[in-house]
Amino acid sequence: MASAREMRLRIKSVKNISQVTRALETVSASKVRKAVNAVMATRSYATKAWQVLRHVAEQPGRDSLHPLLVKRSSTKNALVVVVTGDRGLAGAYNSNVIRFTAQKFDKYSVPVKYIAVGRKGRDLLFRRRKDVIADFSNLPAAPSFADVSAIGRMAVDEYNNGNVDEVFLVYTDFINMGRQIATVKKLLPLELEGEGLVEDFERKASNGPAAAYEYEPDQRELLDQIIPRFTALQVYQAILESQASEHAARMIAMRNATDNAKELVSALQLVYNKVRQQTITNDILDIVGGAEALAAK
Amino acid sequence: MTIRCEIVSQDRTVFTGDVDIVVLPGAAGEMGILPKHAPVLTTLKYGFVRVRKSGKEEVFTVAGGVAEVQPDIVTVLADAAENVEEIDEARAEAARKRAEEILKKGIPQDTDAYLIMEAALRRSNLRLDAVRRYRKGGSNIHFSSEN
Repeated sequence: MASAREMRLRIKSVKNISQVTRALETVSASKVRKAVNAVMATRSYATKAWQVLRHVAEQPGRDSLHPLLVKRSSTKNALVVVVTGDRGLAGAYNSNVIRFTAQKFDKYSVPVKYIAVGRKGRDLLFRRRKDVIADFSNLPAAPSFADVSAIGRMAVDEYNNGNVDEVFLVYTDFINMGRQIATVKKLLPLELEGEGLVEDFERKASNGPAAAYEYEPDQRELLDQIIPRFTALQVYQAILESQASEHAARMIAMRNATDNAKELVSALQLVYNKVRQQTITNDILDIVGGAEALAAK
Repeated sequence: MTIRCEIVSQDRTVFTGDVDIVVLPGAAGEMGILPKHAPVLTTLKYGFVRVRKSGKEEVFTVAGGVAEVQPDIVTVLADAAENVEEIDEARAEAARKRAEEILKKGIPQDTDAYLIMEAALRRSNLRLDAVRRYRKGGSNIHFSSEN
């Protein structure tokens, strides 16, 4: 058994750790509230925008509508935008995203390039020797659309230049405080199959196939304006969802860590008390033994 | 027969409901949308979206955006939108003055700052215009001392 002094040190260090984790938990709790508000505020707009894009993609003769809608005859390269956090200590949050990405794209039919959003994701992708073409780290907390629109624009540009023929977005969907799910979304070219929004199916059931739109002003100008913008908006929403997820994951992870530390302290304290009592008993025995030896003389 | 109308701005849902008619400030002029309208995709100018439901009208300002019309639903994706009744007239007035002053000082015309202030000025003017034209009981700024 360890000595009493060693045990005292151990207990103290565990207590210190629990203090740190509790502080981190409190910080995350306040950050998560803000992040969730931000997500909820923009979610309806982003969902609606995505719906509009999908309706556009449903149009008859979509290939002639806009270059961003054309399905290319052969796919040579794919691009994946991976959204993670800048920091660790968030439970399995970062590694989940990367593991999910690896699952989806490690054995993909064509070479895959990556855009990393978040330092942790970048590091993990580098370690796996992925082709990372760009890295956006240290994003501000609760970014505005302007702060991150460059990421979406870069993805759209890569697609437009023909460097890649498909663009995917991997992020963590915020469901609730206890549940965040790594998700993949195909951004370009717009597709109908894949993750269908429930509303889409409902609408189709009630209306039959979509009729052709009229466009005002003219079709080209309008689509030029909205398709790149709404696509970039999806990246923005993904970042907000991911940030909320990150803070929630960190909060839960830190709460667990604090609970574990408390348990550990009480277990250690018990052992320590026993050791201390044992020493005292031994000391008393020595004294009593000594005294009796003296009295016997 | 009604048509569903959803107005969302970038930071919130401003209005959802089933209405009789929606009037949009389309790029090519005002357009009134009735149920079973043909699908349209249009950009919006600075202006007012008006929805009418059994004779009652609600008015919203929109600072540009996009609207999608389907036979059973109108989706307005506005860059900024608010209900006329929600507009804080005093604040809009103050914002307008501030923007005008800053613009008067003469910022170079091609900078971002200039464009931002110009947009702010247009938004404030839109709000004030909305209050004057559509608010029930008219402008309420003069009555504020009475309650």
